[in-house]
Amino acid sequence: MTSPLQQKLKITGPTAITANRLSDGVVVWLTPSHGWSTDIADAAIATTSDVAMTLLSVANGDEIHAVGAYPARVVVVNGRAAPVNLRERIRVGGPTIAFEARA
Amino acid sequence: MYVHDEFDRAFLADRVADFRDQVARRLSGALTEEEFKPLRLMNGVYLQLHAYMLRICIPYGTLSSDQMRALGHVARRYDRGYGHFTTRQNIQFNWIRLDELPDAMADLAAAGLHGIQTSGNCIRNTTTDQWAGATPEEIEDPRLYAEIIRQWSTLHPEFTFLPRKFKIAITAAKHDRAAIRVHDIGLRLHRRDGETGFEVIVGGGLGRTPFIGKTIRDFLPKADLLSYLEAILRVYNSGGRRDNIYKARIKIQVHEVGTEEFSRRVEAEWAEIRDGALRLDDAAFAAIADRFQTPDFAPLADRPADLTDALADPAFARWHANAVAVHKAPGHAIVTLSLKPVGKPPGDATADQMDAIADLADRFAYGEIRVAHEQNLTFPHVRQKDLPELWRELDALGLATPNVGLISDIIACPGLDYCALANTRSIPLAQRLSERFADPARIADIGRMHINISGCINACGHHHVGHIGILGVEKKDQEFYQITLGGKANHKARLGELLGPAVGEDEVVEVVERIVDTYLALRAGPAESFIAVVQRLGVEPFKERAYAAG
Repeated sequence: MTSPLQQKLKITGPTAITANRLSDGVVVWLTPSHGWSTDIADAAIATTSDVAMTLLSVANGDEIHAVGAYPARVVVVNGRAAPVNLRERIRVGGPTIAFEARA
Repeated sequence: MYVHDEFDRAFLADRVADFRDQVARRLSGALTEEEFKPLRLMNGVYLQLHAYMLRICIPYGTLSSDQMRALGHVARRYDRGYGHFTTRQNIQFNWIRLDELPDAMADLAAAGLHGIQTSGNCIRNTTTDQWAGATPEEIEDPRLYAEIIRQWSTLHPEFTFLPRKFKIAITAAKHDRAAIRVHDIGLRLHRRDGETGFEVIVGGGLGRTPFIGKTIRDFLPKADLLSYLEAILRVYNSGGRRDNIYKARIKIQVHEVGTEEFSRRVEAEWAEIRDGALRLDDAAFAAIADRFQTPDFAPLADRPADLTDALADPAFARWHANAVAVHKAPGHAIVTLSLKPVGKPPGDATADQMDAIADLADRFAYGEIRVAHEQNLTFPHVRQKDLPELWRELDALGLATPNVGLISDIIACPGLDYCALANTRSIPLAQRLSERFADPARIADIGRMHINISGCINACGHHHVGHIGILGVEKKDQEFYQITLGGKANHKARLGELLGPAVGEDEVVEVVERIVDTYLALRAGPAESFIAVVQRLGVEPFKERAYAAG
């Protein structure tokens, strides 16, 4: 049986690595300098499986800052990452329910 | 209200101290996430889409006014000013910081609140009828037994790491408001030959493989409650599947071995332990009962002049007919506070509302509040003469929408707006449906109707047992919703039947409208409810019309 660490990560397009910040759970994105940003536009973009695998490995090795890292499909607009599916749009933009609706 | 003793208070203080240390070690890197995750889950802390979520246990759905104020304080101080009441009579806060969680838990513990038994593969918070101790329907107050189960289960060393989570619900009334037949164990208090005991139902549940529970014992004497529960849990713990998370609940075990064989195993285990330390005697019941403070109901007459005069106001009369139920004590009433105002997230309450509810509970309801699994609140004991003034106060707070049990009283899980497991959103759909069905006269004409919405197959929104059940499914990054009809969670529980293909997110409200129109056209008269028409005619007539204009 192949170890999970040896398994190939298949990607189908531009991909960024995202996680939640340890201290408060805020959504963060792995940057090209292997730091974390709350802005998806700062995310490192992988276009090959090998690069995505390397970035994911970096993210998983930094549990002190972020947890639950996983690869997320993105679209690239003017060289910057943007969310592509509803889940990531909500993670980036917050709940689709207006907070003032609770007042 | 049950009054915690010194053991409970010391236990909670110790638990907060432990968790503070665990959080500090996690933040310092001394604990890995793999090591920390089970520790936080044991305290009700999840990591969701945008933040940590803290789920707080409300034992059998009973809160004091001071506890409600503590929840309001946590919402305001540590969260974003609101909380979400859940389908298991708990509350959860969606925006808690990990580094502030120990302080939040300390503040909660000071009010006797905590997150224990709200997560993990343990015996979860036992739920019951929100009208317990107030309704004339019940034969006893089931909270006594729920508290006994709490004390037995909270630190039970054998049942901390079960194959999966385990949920128990109990009712003592003919009309089941606790959905006991869709729980791992359902307990129904009833009398036989002058003795009170339990019908024991096992293997109910929702999720991806829904089952209605099976009765394995018609009558269990009260004295044997804990030993019999222990026997069931032992059979499950030793024989439940741990190889597949989707087949790990007791419902799968009961289904696979058969009700008769499961019952035989339980009885065999029980025979070994029934006369042991878990046998409950009168002194044990009395010791627990003594710690319940029950209101000293003043002798009052039903329908006092203050009430009958106020009923001349149509708005008050509509609310009274909808949200007020008969109390066992003359001159008193049970009041449901709708947390389903038109266009708002079902089950949410703001910190200001929580404070105001606590104040109203003190003024009008003997300081006691209940949480209903339908995500509403209840004042179980209100003097009838106070109903007009209470209504005015609730109305000003947005808590008097006369839609209890009606089509806009929607159960909805947090869905993809918050939940890491969800595939689709639930709350925005509930908001749009409540806006479509906002006219009080129209929804009263439609009559009893439960719409339940889940954002994924885990079914936290109880869609299988909604009169109209709505399940979100994601296809190619688009939200679609499957619709079922005819489910119900009460004493005649049944699972809904699939109407047909899933419909797009922008079509759901129209399809529901056509289902409602079909019902109105087909019913024999206003007395025939939606669920009765579905049972009489099946889903076909609804299917034909629901998709006709699609």
